[in-house]
Amino acid sequence: MRKLWTALAALVALSLAGCGYNTLQSNDEQIKASWSEVVNQYQRRADLVPNLVNTVKGFAAQEKEVLLGVTNARAKVGGIQATPELINSPEAFAKFQAAQGELSGALSRLLVVSENYPQLKSDANFRDLQAQLEGTENRIAVARNRYIKSVQDFNVTVRSFPSNLTAMAFGYKAKPNFTVENEKAISGAPKVDFGTAK
Amino acid sequence: MALNTARALALAFTLFWSFIAGAQIAVPPLTGRVTDQTATLSAEQKAVLEQTLQAFEARKGSQLAILIVPTTAPETIEQYALRVAEQWKLGRKKVDDGAVLVIAKADRALRIEVGYGLEGALNDATSKRIISEIITPSFKQGDFYGGIAAGVDQIIRVIDGEPLPQPNAKPAGGMADIQQFVPVILILALVVGGLLRSVLGRFPGALVTGGAVAVVAWFIAGAVSIALVAGMIALLFTLLSGGMGGHGVGGHRGGFGTGGFGGGLGRGGFGGGGGGFGGGGASGRW
Repeated sequence: MRKLWTALAALVALSLAGCGYNTLQSNDEQIKASWSEVVNQYQRRADLVPNLVNTVKGFAAQEKEVLLGVTNARAKVGGIQATPELINSPEAFAKFQAAQGELSGALSRLLVVSENYPQLKSDANFRDLQAQLEGTENRIAVARNRYIKSVQDFNVTVRSFPSNLTAMAFGYKAKPNFTVENEKAISGAPKVDFGTAK
Repeated sequence: MALNTARALALAFTLFWSFIAGAQIAVPPLTGRVTDQTATLSAEQKAVLEQTLQAFEARKGSQLAILIVPTTAPETIEQYALRVAEQWKLGRKKVDDGAVLVIAKADRALRIEVGYGLEGALNDATSKRIISEIITPSFKQGDFYGGIAAGVDQIIRVIDGEPLPQPNAKPAGGMADIQQFVPVILILALVVGGLLRSVLGRFPGALVTGGAVAVVAWFIAGAVSIALVAGMIALLFTLLSGGMGGHGVGGHRGGFGTGGFGGGLGRGGFGGGGGGFGGGGASGRW
């Protein structure tokens, strides 16, 4: 009798571990945690923007278009609520990614323009802000990388047998992942043009 | 089981491709605080730096390390430095107060990679200033040791301004570690103990089970004290659990093998304490 109970207990434990339910749970939590980190770092970048814009304005007020572009992109990013539910909806996710991508583009234009202002470049405040922006961009890259890995783990669990049955039973679906924003632009060779002098 | 196989396959596949794609520079194993693969520093210079860093760790608790490699290509220095940081795990666990200075000599690039716990003091702007105002001017003149030594001094000065937990103040380890093993011990004691008791009789069976569990715990945890306590628990459990049946133990299976071991134990020389990194710090070129 006791042997039977032991065998039963072992069987239950094994089947619980084998169906992948626990793995699904821990992968899901891992995704949430790494997503929070991504949002956290994007927020950090958004917080830097007003300061950066003000500093650049002090030296290069005539670059209205670029400055306005950054401010608008920043406003757009601020308008998106980056809730955890966002990662379950591919459309909302794509929108979030597009908005952040736009801010990245606007910021890099701002940095390119600032190269033309030696006084701005040597300003200590600007240099600190630039270092912070660089650091934050690097943190974003790291956070995105970690998020991509955790989504990959989750999606592998959701799709592989037998945990896919468990995932189906509990309604877990493969989650969207980060993609390169401008795949076409990257796959084309960069154009170098020496003809147009500034 | 299927998952593990899938993971192993995926891993093998990635490895295979990374070989094909002519891949990343390997991160050297952490053997000392100063790792120089380019023979830039003389033995004395290396010893002086090692001693500075060691004294600093003894005084403040933070782990710093220096790595000089010829190149990080095809990766950027940021990607490589993060891999170094993730592999070396400098800094105390949960305090995350580690930092690595990575120098890629042929790339003429360097980076200070800062652990989470030091991001307040050694923030991006400060790291950038240390690089561009202290280290790179010397590097430009070919004085690598001077730049590194001055940079390390400044890093130490900056970290000194940050209140951190005392060195040697061990985060409540001991008991917590044992608690992680209790489910494993109970299962082992139940299965092995039940078998042995029916073969050998109650007391000898319990004794053997206790010994076996102690050995297993010793292998897993690498600490004799934990092994002894685990053995005792298993012995008592087997001794007292006669006729109780196997009820209620299967549910404990969740926490198996999830414990992480930091603290740099059992590695002899210098080892990372388990600190975490998230891409903070700054890079520079000369």
